[in-house]
Amino acid sequence: MSWLIAGALIWAVGWWINTRLARHPQNTAAQLAAPIVFGATLIAVWECLVWGLGIKLALLPAPSVIAVTFANSLNILWGDFLQTAIKGALTGYILGCGAAFLTAIAVDRSDFLKRGLLPVGNFAAALPIIGLAPILVMWFGFDWQSKAAVVVVMVFFPMLVNTVQGLSEADAMQRDLMRTYAAGYWTTLLKLRLPAAMPFVFNGLKIGTTLALIGAIVAEFFGSPIQGMGFRISTSVGRLAMDLVWAEIVVAALAGSGFYGAVALIERAVTFWHPSQRGRT
Amino acid sequence: MRNVVPVLTVVATLIALWYAGAVALNAPWAYDKAARAEVTLTFPELVADTWSQEKPKLPAPHQVATEIWNTTGAMIASGRPFSKRSLIYHSWITFSSTALGFLLGTALGTLLAIGIVYNRTMDMSVMPWVIASQTIPILAIAPMIIVVLNAVGISGLLPKAMISMYLSFFPVVVGMVKGLRSPSQMQLDQMRTWNASRSQTFWKLRLPSSMPYFFTSLKIAMAASLVGAIVGELPTGAVAGLGARLLAGSYYGQTIQIWSALIMAATLAAVLVGLIGLIQRITLRRMGMAA
Repeated sequence: MSWLIAGALIWAVGWWINTRLARHPQNTAAQLAAPIVFGATLIAVWECLVWGLGIKLALLPAPSVIAVTFANSLNILWGDFLQTAIKGALTGYILGCGAAFLTAIAVDRSDFLKRGLLPVGNFAAALPIIGLAPILVMWFGFDWQSKAAVVVVMVFFPMLVNTVQGLSEADAMQRDLMRTYAAGYWTTLLKLRLPAAMPFVFNGLKIGTTLALIGAIVAEFFGSPIQGMGFRISTSVGRLAMDLVWAEIVVAALAGSGFYGAVALIERAVTFWHPSQRGRT
Repeated sequence: MRNVVPVLTVVATLIALWYAGAVALNAPWAYDKAARAEVTLTFPELVADTWSQEKPKLPAPHQVATEIWNTTGAMIASGRPFSKRSLIYHSWITFSSTALGFLLGTALGTLLAIGIVYNRTMDMSVMPWVIASQTIPILAIAPMIIVVLNAVGISGLLPKAMISMYLSFFPVVVGMVKGLRSPSQMQLDQMRTWNASRSQTFWKLRLPSSMPYFFTSLKIAMAASLVGAIVGELPTGAVAGLGARLLAGSYYGQTIQIWSALIMAATLAAVLVGLIGLIQRITLRRMGMAA
């Protein structure tokens, strides 16, 4: 009972702090502190609820239990991370985004192809592509190659559509200016159209980060070597070892946020001129 | 309309590539069979064989089409449209959890968005977490969610719908926050000069002007919701649904079955998203906002 009261108290205090912080919306420190306080409050309330309501470990482990498991099985988690996130997701992400980028530049030269491919690409981007996972696992075997293949297919279409859209971003006036400078196709592409396309390209890259991790993990449900985040999750669920599953989720969340954050940082460095990035130095 | 010819060309090219791919990928097995029967294959024989294998690496489009017809149209013709072998039955199962998750996600997303727009504390503390929540690969923990909910006694449609909900609330929150904030300061001031209350401003200005954003988010949410439902069916040892068909097909090497389930899923996605597009056009036209 005291756990529950403590939980309610922590929630009230956390909310009160945030209400105070919200009175200074322009303050950068307050902007940073508010979500952190909220997150910490959530975790504390979770801890209190688990102990207070006597929830079984097999259903929902407390954050402290998860932290202990995380610290105790660093070796396993690191191996899984290498197998899934680096070998599977990252390889596939680089290959898929690279291929989509080059395809977009090739397609961009022909208006006919562009008009044909854009609707099809948009359609394909809305499809449940993850369903291809069992087929690709069948084709490329159980190891990381098949996971990379799933990731390639998953990130390809969002990246393609975004890049093609971005390449048509430079307007006629700017292109005419390049013509008056006697710039050829490649110079125009490199100096004007690719830079102008960058906000869109990075939009595609950012969408791809989460898709890549999801693709690599879900593909492991259809067959994997005895390592990998998806493998660990599905087998640990079978053994009801929820603390290990949650530790794996923490790894996935960290990897996902880190990946996204890295791309966002590169975006800020590359597209510093774009209105959405200005004034946030 | 001027896009029809290019799109058809691209689609035709894709199908041609698919046929060519079927020949290339299935040829080793065809040669293998021929070598064991001690005959040599001419090229037309090879092509005919690769397009009609029973468990091909890549089934040809017409094989998939036949399988789909056998499990949908033919089932209706024989009067058993909801038999367990029919894809209509499996699509219906998947559709029902997609729809439930979609409705829950839309409701949750809209409520969160209203809270975020009207309450600065929520805006500052919840919004970053809404974004962070999507960097967690939720699909990866789908098996755990389903097992846990089953243990609590929630089974059937709801666990799958929860996964769909988690995936679909995000685009709705982001779109609705943008949409509810889209009225300009000028319009808000106008409401003030009319002495409009907060709820009047909401119902007469903010909500109507958020509609274009709302429908765009709904389309994304629907696609995400379908993916959630399909993946939610994978790990439970589910016996019904398109996801279960995928899994069963991959266990038994029934490639044709996998592909037909995939095509059905794609069709379902296209129909659902198209339906929202239609509602969007009608609503916006009646509101006088049609472009």
